Amino acid sequence: MTASTTLERKPVRHDLEELDSVTIRFAGDSGDGMQLAGTQFTNASAILGNDISTLPDFPAEIRAPAGTLAGVSGFQVHFSKYDIHTPGDNLNSLVAMNPAALKTNLKDLESGGILIVNSDAFTTADLHKAGYKSNPLEDGTLKGYRIFRVPINKLNREAVAEVKLSPREADRCKNFFALGLVYWMYERPMEPTLRWIREKFAKNPAVLEANTRTLKAGYNYGETTETMPVHYKVAKAQIKPGRYRKITGNEALAMALVAATEVANIPLVYASYPITPASDVLHHLSDLKRFGVRTMQAEDEIAASGMAIGAAFGGAMGVTATSGPGICLKSEAIGLAVMTELPCLIINVQRGGPSTGLPTKTEQADLLQAMYGRNGECPLAIVAPCSPSDCFTMTFEAIRLAIAYMTPVILLSDGYLANGAEPWLIPNPAGLPKISVRHPISLTGNGTADSNGEDSKAENGKGENGTGENGKIATGFYPYKRDERLVREWAIPGTPGLEHRIGGLEKEDVTGNVSYDPANHEHMIHTRAQKIANIAKDIPPLEIKGAADAELLVVGWGGTYGAITTAVDRAQRKGFKVASAHLRYLNPMPQNTGEVLKRFKKILVPELNAGQLRLLLRGMFLVDAVGLNKVQGRPFLVSEIETKIAEMLG
Amino acid sequence: MSAATATATTTPLPTLTPKDLASDQEVRWCPGCGDYSILAQMKKALATLGIAREKMVFISGIGCSSRFPYYMNTYGFHTIHGRAPTLATGLKVANPELSIWVITGDGDGLSIGGNHLIHAIRRNVDLKILLFNNEIYGLTKGQYSPTSRVGTRTKSSPQGSIDNPLRPLSLAIGAEATFVARTIDVDINHLTETLRRASAHKGTAFIEVYQNCKIFNDGVFEYATDKGVKADNLLFLEHGKPLIFGKDRNKGVRLHGLDPEVVSLGSGITVDDLLIHDEKAEEPSLAYLLSRMVHPRFPECVGVFRAVQRPTYEDLLNKQIEDIRRNRGAGKLEDLFASDDVWVVE
Repeated sequence: MTASTTLERKPVRHDLEELDSVTIRFAGDSGDGMQLAGTQFTNASAILGNDISTLPDFPAEIRAPAGTLAGVSGFQVHFSKYDIHTPGDNLNSLVAMNPAALKTNLKDLESGGILIVNSDAFTTADLHKAGYKSNPLEDGTLKGYRIFRVPINKLNREAVAEVKLSPREADRCKNFFALGLVYWMYERPMEPTLRWIREKFAKNPAVLEANTRTLKAGYNYGETTETMPVHYKVAKAQIKPGRYRKITGNEALAMALVAATEVANIPLVYASYPITPASDVLHHLSDLKRFGVRTMQAEDEIAASGMAIGAAFGGAMGVTATSGPGICLKSEAIGLAVMTELPCLIINVQRGGPSTGLPTKTEQADLLQAMYGRNGECPLAIVAPCSPSDCFTMTFEAIRLAIAYMTPVILLSDGYLANGAEPWLIPNPAGLPKISVRHPISLTGNGTADSNGEDSKAENGKGENGTGENGKIATGFYPYKRDERLVREWAIPGTPGLEHRIGGLEKEDVTGNVSYDPANHEHMIHTRAQKIANIAKDIPPLEIKGAADAELLVVGWGGTYGAITTAVDRAQRKGFKVASAHLRYLNPMPQNTGEVLKRFKKILVPELNAGQLRLLLRGMFLVDAVGLNKVQGRPFLVSEIETKIAEMLG
Repeated sequence: MSAATATATTTPLPTLTPKDLASDQEVRWCPGCGDYSILAQMKKALATLGIAREKMVFISGIGCSSRFPYYMNTYGFHTIHGRAPTLATGLKVANPELSIWVITGDGDGLSIGGNHLIHAIRRNVDLKILLFNNEIYGLTKGQYSPTSRVGTRTKSSPQGSIDNPLRPLSLAIGAEATFVARTIDVDINHLTETLRRASAHKGTAFIEVYQNCKIFNDGVFEYATDKGVKADNLLFLEHGKPLIFGKDRNKGVRLHGLDPEVVSLGSGITVDDLLIHDEKAEEPSLAYLLSRMVHPRFPECVGVFRAVQRPTYEDLLNKQIEDIRRNRGAGKLEDLFASDDVWVVE
């Protein structure tokens, strides 16, 4: 069959089936444009009104040899008429652009699932590169799937034949042919993608024309051939009314940094060293200079932290982001930020470790490092968003807490949240939470050795006498004088009369002078810890989802929220007495955490690590928490958690 | 702007005395340490510059020299080992109006912090970086440093150091520093003048100070400080002047091929044969050549090796922000939030 005969045909009748949810994965060589096809499909589905959740999966190598297993790139989209929280466990449909993509992805396709293969790519050479001894399209391997062999290379070339392109350029359009076909199969609107093509290729009319033609040709191919006996419809989801966009975790981080600093009315200084999967935050922010964002690409991870802390000393919000080994390099600087009590934000987009580990894969194995991975007793605030859109909320929170408590905050995102996408109810900027910043402008209200010096010393309430290490009464500004929450003031260089020195050496209480006094050191250790502990009074309590008298509580943190929530939902519907609770504040934890945990007979802690939150909960609350631990660089499948729940309650 | 040129309409310049710049903290360097002199000259130099005290910030790393900020009644940040240039860069970007001095040493700036030093310099952040070179680790009690000469015997090099030393100025010039100078702790007038010139430079100013460590490396710069011999061992650089040195001002440096060569004036060699110092040369080759002249084969140069103008990092960064705001308008959050396909759910 040729494209021209295809296009001449009249539409044929196809059955239309209604489905609740579909999970589809686009898989191909990393040069095949699968991430783009997946993103476009996601946009179209979101605009159509489905709830969506996505999971991109790409190799660490930018261009592994074409056609090999190492070079396969995939993008999974789950779209539904219901509220969904995960990108889906098993695939209902798989688009495989070559044998390698088929080989690496087929195991995830449900029995009887739809398999669209680019039959042109199944040449002897391609089969060999993928390690196939015989052609799976012909040897019965694919028995049990609904397979559609589509000569995509050929159909694409014919669709773009009249556009002046090199053969290589023409072939690069084939992802749009596949996309068009899938749009037809699931009744998606083409217009959002056509608009994207018009904008993206405005300066390259030939490519614009070719992509437009082949997208439509793919759609028409579905409509006009009898190859596809059926197509599907997934109705709109019941979603809270409002304006929506699709958002990835990294986009949410970047937007929240801009929004929170604008609300707080302080400059945003963002310093970062390129590292997967955190680099996109740097890319987004570098493109937002019209918001006054000052981005710096540092010479290394350490420099990035130093720049953020230096900026914080100067009264800006200093932010740095990293991943994997990058966070190790930042440890010393984070300790300095704790010691000098400056507000800054360290974002860790966690990836598989240890060492270089799995750069493009997700993991949650840096929790204990965030808690304890510095020399000395070195507490700071830790928050963890639970979904891509929650990255906005929790980044905003992180900045609020950093400023309110004069502390570095670590935000633990992960590769799954960073690259995953979901719809986001666009907030009204006027309705964003307020963040107030106070930089003192004179000695008034602070401890001084001037006429009111004695009074202010009595005010600090900790019995310190405000003397320097050499016994002299310190004069001027007291950088370590604290308010009732134990928070010191954020006095910034440029302010007359408040000149002061800070640093990494232990401070004398109140004056901030260098002190080696044993009792003072212990007092400062406790003070720093208590200040962080005080944050618990300023964050929402831990909520229980489900019956408070359930037998089992499933406790999670970070990016596993979607899988846990879905699994617990399903188990509840099957009659299991199970509830869930999700920690978005890891240090300090909500005040009621211990009380919540102790209400349940059994506790399950699913984590993408070897049991880090479980260790904390057991140590802090003496509860017999059980772990469900997966460390494969992949998120949980809902079924994995559901099975464990059934096992514990069986 | 100097006080002399200030007109009645300008804001009165702050008048400070060196004493105004002293903090209340007891200075705790070893007796006889060269750091005392550097601290005193710094206070003397800064008091005359018309910069408000609250605009001055001293940022240091770790080591003897890095205690410096505690002794200045300005803003100060005693940071972590080797990283002072990074904090200084962040601070300068947050507030370009500050006058920021980075205080570092040969271990802090060239060993653990070597990377940050070259990157701050290449970016031309408007920082004054003062490297106290005593060719030894003092605070950790006397190990050889990245500037120790080969053969230096210390606790960690009992048979003599085998590491080839770095020349701080060669490194700074290699990173294309826009201002490079060398001075000596005990030459108080030269030191004060060098600090003044560095402060007036817009961009990264890198100054190496030969500094004597009385305890662990005493006398390592004696050839440059001893009244009897220093005139024959030092060459004071002056812009536009020939390279002449010596007690009797009868020796000079000329170019032989691509290498410097010491010559005696007279017997056919005149001042016209000598190299002329040009601190404003666009190419850093001459400055580099001068930085390679090492005692005892050559006199060592002191003074300003290079002083050229290039846009600063923070100005370029702010210009990008201003340009894009001028062309596209200041960002609005509602536009940012809607910067992708938006759909409405009724």
